[in-house]
Amino acid sequence: MANGIIVFIEHVDGKVNRASYEAVKAAQLIGSETGQEVSAVLLGQAVGDAAAEVASKKVKTVYTVENEWLKKYTADAYTQAFRQVIEQVQPALVLMTHTYEVRDFAPKLAASMKKILLGDNIGYKIEDGKPVFTRQVFQGKLAVDVAPVGDDPHFVSFQIGTFRGDESEAGQAEIKALSVNLDADVVRQQPEERFKEAKAAVDLSQAPLIVSVGRGIKEMKNIELIRKLADALGAEIAASRPICDNDWLPMDRQIGSSGQTVAPKLYLAVGISGAIQHLVGMKGSRTIVAINKDAEAPIFEIADYGIVGDLFEIVPALTAEAEKMKQ
Amino acid sequence: MKIIVCLKQVPKNDSVLRINEQGTWIQDRDLTYEINESDAYGLEAALQLKEKHGGEVIALSLGPARVQSVIKEALARGADRGIHLEDTAFDNLDAYGIGTAIAAATKAEGFDLLLTGLQSDDYGFAQTGVIAAELLGLPHTTIVMDVELNDAGLRVKRELENGFFQWVNMPAPAVLTIQSGINTLRYATLKGIMAAKKKEIKKLDAATLGIDAASLAPRMEFRRIYLPQKNKQTQFIEGSAGDIAAKLIDKLKNEARVF
Ligand SMILES: Cc1cc2nc3c(=O)[nH]c(=O)nc-3n(C[C@H](O)[C@H](O)[C@H](O)COP(=O)(O)OP(=O)(O)OC[C@H]3O[C@@H](n4cnc5c(N)ncnc54)[C@H](O)[C@@H]3O)c2cc1C
Repeated sequence: MANGIIVFIEHVDGKVNRASYEAVKAAQLIGSETGQEVSAVLLGQAVGDAAAEVASKKVKTVYTVENEWLKKYTADAYTQAFRQVIEQVQPALVLMTHTYEVRDFAPKLAASMKKILLGDNIGYKIEDGKPVFTRQVFQGKLAVDVAPVGDDPHFVSFQIGTFRGDESEAGQAEIKALSVNLDADVVRQQPEERFKEAKAAVDLSQAPLIVSVGRGIKEMKNIELIRKLADALGAEIAASRPICDNDWLPMDRQIGSSGQTVAPKLYLAVGISGAIQHLVGMKGSRTIVAINKDAEAPIFEIADYGIVGDLFEIVPALTAEAEKMKQ
Repeated sequence: MKIIVCLKQVPKNDSVLRINEQGTWIQDRDLTYEINESDAYGLEAALQLKEKHGGEVIALSLGPARVQSVIKEALARGADRGIHLEDTAFDNLDAYGIGTAIAAATKAEGFDLLLTGLQSDDYGFAQTGVIAAELLGLPHTTIVMDVELNDAGLRVKRELENGFFQWVNMPAPAVLTIQSGINTLRYATLKGIMAAKKKEIKKLDAATLGIDAASLAPRMEFRRIYLPQKNKQTQFIEGSAGDIAAKLIDKLKNEARVF
């Protein structure tokens, strides 16, 4: 019988991704509610220090798998190795944080066992003694509760920020090395070094005031309205991804998981729906104002001040008011 | 180069979504639809690769009769032909079921490159392409921001978190999931729309593809759908545009003290 929860620990060259501790925290919570033991697994080469770090958490065992084919992440090698770990450890639940890396291999891993990943969850509840997971659909406009169907193991990931990794319980785990047989022929991806594009020309992380524009602006020429408001407030202008994808504003103005992370005194979001990939880049802002014509837009879930209405009426009025204030 | 691009039809981005009476999904009456955003970028990537290297672009969509409009749109933008996977057995599939159907159809067709968007704007499973790759026994890369062809196969640029990227080399055939913003989308021209009328759309069902019921069986169960709970107390400001502006500036100055 499969039993226990195994947590995937992500790392780059032995440096643990802090987001993995969020999955550790989730596993500790679900484990204590369902009476299951928690373990963790690290795949790589020379991961001893990382394993020691994870072993300071309250988990029973930290499994390490060291192999030259795991030196750099590839979906092929990780899937093969992780699958053998699952066959040896026989967990009931595999828990992960929904990072880019997990998105890349976890659906393959699950499919290789004829299973599915219950991905990108924002919470869980226990129903009839079993966890049921909550995830967003329609880019956060609605939520659904989903339960896995079929035999163990189940594969589940949580959206980044769902749990506080720094609140995962401390403890003392044993470290256990597992060995796997990797077939080099099956590793078809050859990754090059990770890199950053030329340094962003604008650093928005220190800007005290930001006016940010989303797809609600409709056309490139309307960006001018937002620029006027930003000027009147003495604020920097920023944007959601689709605005930069369309080249209406340069890439280095993009806020979110694939853009900049900011925490200004004021973040004024205009015509932005509030998809999670945007929110992670600005939710630390001190005061958040949202202008959106849709009262159900997810951006209002994190806004201090909300204005439900047409930005084309409200923004010019706000610009006029801000200019009055300046005088 | 033979490229198959998967296109999902999703409710328009600004649709008003109403939960159905059973509380299991949304009401689909009155909805209007469009091509899933990242899939549209996948189609554009396919068309640009064809323009550069020659070959053929096939637009594939799974769903009821209405998804033909997505295929026709792709044909109008320049795809050469279409494949429509239509069967009541394909209704309400999870990502594994959809991946299974796509794998069967694309295997039968044969290809050098299979493209999908990185996730759909409705369910957001972000798995279909990866599952299809696994079932086809092919390599894949996700969240792709650039595609180069070379003698050894492909060199693709993966987007990573915190502003990082990484080039990955792979043999072809392969499966890529495309990120929005990889290119600039084109629109269909009148000429394209006329030409599309003569292009073939092949229909395939589960029996023709030899898909058994077990591989389409659900691996997850939707218990309920609902409006998300709010964590923060939002102060809503109401009135005329002028009133709202005055009130907001006052609150930002005297309550939130941001100025
Ligand atoms: C891997 C990945 C990474 C991503 N990274 C990022 C990222 O870094 N940053 C980012 O922003 N996104 C990112 N995204 C995209 C993200 O999921 C959303 O698609 C995007 O944030 C939506 O942008 P938006 O809110 O401007 O557009 P939409 O979601 O289209 O929202 C437009 C809003 O404008 C409102 N509106 C329309 N007209 C008006 C009007 N007249 N007046 C007032 N309001 C109006 C609408 O009600 C709607 O809420 C990423 C996605 C993925 C999958």
